[in-house]
Amino acid sequence: MSDYLDGNALAGPLSEVFSIDITAALGKCGGCGAVRALAQAHLYVDAPAKILRCPSCGGVLLRLDERGGRLILDLSGFAHLTIQVG
Amino acid sequence: MSGMWRVADVVGVHEETTTARTIRLRLPEPVRFLAGQHVDVRLTAPDGYQAVRSYSVAGATPPDSLEITVDELPDGEVSPYLVRDLAVGDQLEVRGPVGGWFVWRPEETSPVQLVGGGSGVVPLMAMVRAHAMAGHPAPFRLLYSVRAPESVFFRSELETLARDDTFDVTYVYTRRAPDGEPVGRLDAATLAANVLNSGSDPAVYVCGATGFVEAVSGWLVELGHSPDRIKTERYGGVGGAS
Repeated sequence: MSDYLDGNALAGPLSEVFSIDITAALGKCGGCGAVRALAQAHLYVDAPAKILRCPSCGGVLLRLDERGGRLILDLSGFAHLTIQVG
Repeated sequence: MSGMWRVADVVGVHEETTTARTIRLRLPEPVRFLAGQHVDVRLTAPDGYQAVRSYSVAGATPPDSLEITVDELPDGEVSPYLVRDLAVGDQLEVRGPVGGWFVWRPEETSPVQLVGGGSGVVPLMAMVRAHAMAGHPAPFRLLYSVRAPESVFFRSELETLARDDTFDVTYVYTRRAPDGEPVGRLDAATLAANVLNSGSDPAVYVCGATGFVEAVSGWLVELGHSPDRIKTERYGGVGGAS
């Protein structure tokens, strides 16, 4: 698989939609159950969409597709997210 | 903070090395900044083509200024322009600062170990500066792996800051060292000899190229540091590491 970045690099694009930083949230992988900050998952940007994969099992956690002024955010790879508020 | 692109004025440039430069930006409104955060920079060509890259913030001056330090990648689409062509008086589109994971907050009290490889030192420098600015009592250590003496970013400031009892910096030279100092890649033994002991349960931040980050984090865990205490950042940005 090609080289990847940290999920941390999604902070800018996701700041377009969320008022708090989501990359610090802990996400539980719906495939293998591993729990990790989104910032620490593996981000692939070669595809038309940005793909965030679980470092443990390689499963797709998140897909962010930006085109034509629309943004499609697919979070279905997560079982859930735990977000620190306040 | 975040959420939209803003036009920043380039108000200063400073050459760090022959291939890297610090760019001071003034934003149109006050900036909230946490040490370790990055900004996204967007360039638009006359034909409308856009390129976005992420750059770590090296430091901020309230209320509205921040600095990024950019290392030129010869085949890069964005960094050669920022390092060679951008001038004071130009403008850049900026989003951020953003990121809430790889950050150090002054309210944290534990000792801090920073490990940087090459330009991976940039977000760590923001933490060192924030620590000094706060007069923070926690011990801060920086282990800085760098190709050669002339490749060091922020050297004179690091030397000055290291006069303070709470901060210390160690250089590891991978290609060429000053006379009398060893040369060689960072390895497990050198790391062990130069980082805070896991017994003091330091917060550890590691930033550099992927191979560097993975090797260092593995060695830290072998030294007894809890994976939960190690935060890592690989360089690169959305759209490719250039």
